[in-house]
Amino acid sequence: MEIAIPKLEMKGITKTFPGVKALSNVSLRLFPGEVHALMGENGAGKSTLIKVLTGVYTKDEGTVTLDGRSVEVSTPLEAQNLGISTVYQEVNLCTNLSVVENIFIGHEIMKKGKIDWKEMNRRAEKLLTELNLDIDVSKTLGSYSVAIQQMVAIVRALNVQAKVLILDEPTSSLDLNEVRKLFSVIRKLKNDGLCIVFISHFLDQIYEITDRLTVLRNGEWIGEYKTESLPRYELISKMIGKEFNNSKSITDNLALTNKGDYETVLAAEQLSKTGKIQPFNLELRKGEIMGLAGLLGSGRSELARLLFGADKADSGTVRIKGKKVYLNSPKQAIANNIAFSSENRKSEGIISDLSIRENMILAVQGRKGWFNYISRKRQEEMVDEYIKLLNINPPNPEQLIKNLSGGNQQKVLLARWLLTNPDLLILDEPTRGIDIGAKAEIQKLMLSLSEEGMSIVFISAELEEILRTCSRISVLRDHKKVSELENREEIKQQDIMKEIAGGVG
Amino acid sequence: MMSWQLNKKYYPLLVTIGLFILMFLYGSINYTGFASPQVVLNLFIDNAFLIIVAVGMTFVILSGGIDLSVGSVIALTSMVTAILLQANVSPVIVIPAALLIGPILGVMMGSLIHFYNLQPFIVTLAGMFLARGLSYVISVETIAVSDPFFQFMANTKIYFGNFYISISVLIALAIVAAAIFLAHYTKFGRNVYAIGGNEQSALLMGLPVGRTKILIYTLSGFCSSLAGLVFTFYMLSGYGLHANGLELDAIAAVVIGGTLLTGGVGYVAGSVVGVLILGIIQTLIVFEGTLSSWWTKIAIGVLLLLFIVFQRLSSVRGRSKSQTVTQH
Repeated sequence: MEIAIPKLEMKGITKTFPGVKALSNVSLRLFPGEVHALMGENGAGKSTLIKVLTGVYTKDEGTVTLDGRSVEVSTPLEAQNLGISTVYQEVNLCTNLSVVENIFIGHEIMKKGKIDWKEMNRRAEKLLTELNLDIDVSKTLGSYSVAIQQMVAIVRALNVQAKVLILDEPTSSLDLNEVRKLFSVIRKLKNDGLCIVFISHFLDQIYEITDRLTVLRNGEWIGEYKTESLPRYELISKMIGKEFNNSKSITDNLALTNKGDYETVLAAEQLSKTGKIQPFNLELRKGEIMGLAGLLGSGRSELARLLFGADKADSGTVRIKGKKVYLNSPKQAIANNIAFSSENRKSEGIISDLSIRENMILAVQGRKGWFNYISRKRQEEMVDEYIKLLNINPPNPEQLIKNLSGGNQQKVLLARWLLTNPDLLILDEPTRGIDIGAKAEIQKLMLSLSEEGMSIVFISAELEEILRTCSRISVLRDHKKVSELENREEIKQQDIMKEIAGGVG
Repeated sequence: MMSWQLNKKYYPLLVTIGLFILMFLYGSINYTGFASPQVVLNLFIDNAFLIIVAVGMTFVILSGGIDLSVGSVIALTSMVTAILLQANVSPVIVIPAALLIGPILGVMMGSLIHFYNLQPFIVTLAGMFLARGLSYVISVETIAVSDPFFQFMANTKIYFGNFYISISVLIALAIVAAAIFLAHYTKFGRNVYAIGGNEQSALLMGLPVGRTKILIYTLSGFCSSLAGLVFTFYMLSGYGLHANGLELDAIAAVVIGGTLLTGGVGYVAGSVVGVLILGIIQTLIVFEGTLSSWWTKIAIGVLLLLFIVFQRLSSVRGRSKSQTVTQH
């Protein structure tokens, strides 16, 4: 890339929230036609920086320069008018409106004082075709998949003449094919001269798509690097701030030490739910970690929800330690010592306006019965123990959970279920959207729990993570369990991928 | 826009229209004299004010809000109109003054809802008490209206052959046409839908959420005041008890017309048919002759419940269908 003048430059940005310095003297330079990764652990200040750039937050100090001119951005609308557009992790469009409207709303094409639907339809179709997307633009956005919604969000950003496009975790809910498609769109836009800020937890994707990256840590600027000339372990050590000499624990196959013994904890036979998952058999041994691999929508979560009674099975039986049980509600599952942490941390996990302590004791209190109050003192003891054990930050039990980073919220949820001392722990995407450090901690915790005899069902979109921790792997495809593999040294990611793809890929 | 695949989102509207036709056929078969065009026209004549209120309410509900003040604003408007006319003020002044009452209250309520992030339910409940209270402060008596212009508006019949409508019907239809245009061909209208769909998204998309919300309640206020005038034409009096509980009829009409109470989905035209359904229930009961007119309320209650259940079922089905594609 030739040395040019940055399209956009943020300099000396400082932002303080009551009690926290979220950003201190942070800089960001974006050049035309580059994909720039913003890297950092949760709580490093990435989101805050983006929100300052897009006018959601107002900065305390610092300057923003666009095309050589100093600009003040104080509302999202101003940012858009300047050509700074954001596509957020959770697609922030209106699913009740049509695709066309989602692209144009706020910038409708008017003709003689009224909205020109015909022209808008035509333009929308043209824009989408340019990105190789052939969809009916007059249908409501909600009738399309998250991946397509994301593309529509990008098209919206482009339509408002974006100069800078910010993609905040765009791939976290996409499957492999969809990621490919998104990347080809990103490359095209890059060639058109757009600056793209790419935020993701997937290192592979960072190295595949980005040209340069900026690392933040604890609200401070660590450095700006060329992606290809910065080795992964160095990137990680810059992100977490210490030499990552135990990086082995992240790459080693820890699962080989974890065999499980042969006492069956749970056996499901021909369990199914119409439209969700076809009949499957599953046997879980004491102290083993069973991985569920498959694409999004392959039935991973559906299977887990059946085991927890979150959905009711249409057919089949479940035996726990040889005894037939009915898992028709989470309550029955909990009574059978099963715990389940949902993939939807925000909507099915945390209760955002309650404190760490209140969130943590929910399951154990629920299990004891609501009239059997756990004394405040006992609660505090339990909570303190887990805050220490799981290294939850901030270590203040009365902090509201909504103020925690994603990784720490996840740890609180884990603690919630560990407090019930379950025989079987089901973790649906516990590591999604959390930083590498917390990820490694959660993986280690799973392994030590399994050594103590807890059985774990682990769902993750990241195969390497599954291979690292699981002793056996069930592969799902199209709402069906298609195979079960023992994790041995010779098993490679490609083998599992073949199973997932159905032997074709 | 009207291709066949699209029809799904018109389902609730089609069901409502179908229901109206069925009820009309039922009446026509069972009662002599029911199958007259005048019966349908009377629905418009007797419910012109409700149509106007329901139009305003549609925007409010589309945005995810609610406006409980509309009935009281009708009463207040009728009261202010009647007392001013009694004092011999010219209608040229009275009518614009009366038409300002609702918008002023609407701006106030909308601002409170937006700036203090308050629940529309509570704010408009307060507005409802305020307007109703003010009407009684003006007078606890019924005040008759004898102004010639109002008499003219009340008594003029516009004939089409043997059948006629009132001027109020023309006003209501004009409002409906304007509202449909507003909802589908202006930025304001689309912003209302966006806010009702997802207010947070609307904000992040850079839409003027605050301004739109305040305007929505102002519009509803204007519709209420206009309905107050039309109601005064209809009753030729001002009275504090006028249009008591009308806000609930308006909400019922909007919901029966296919608008989701959670916002974001619905049509102005649906609300009009919703009003006609409420009207035809009443007409059927009058034609039946033996039933107490309070059966109207029971029938409306049953219908309302059926529609809410229908909406829930269709939205659950819609969601589970998209689930198989999108996951989560």
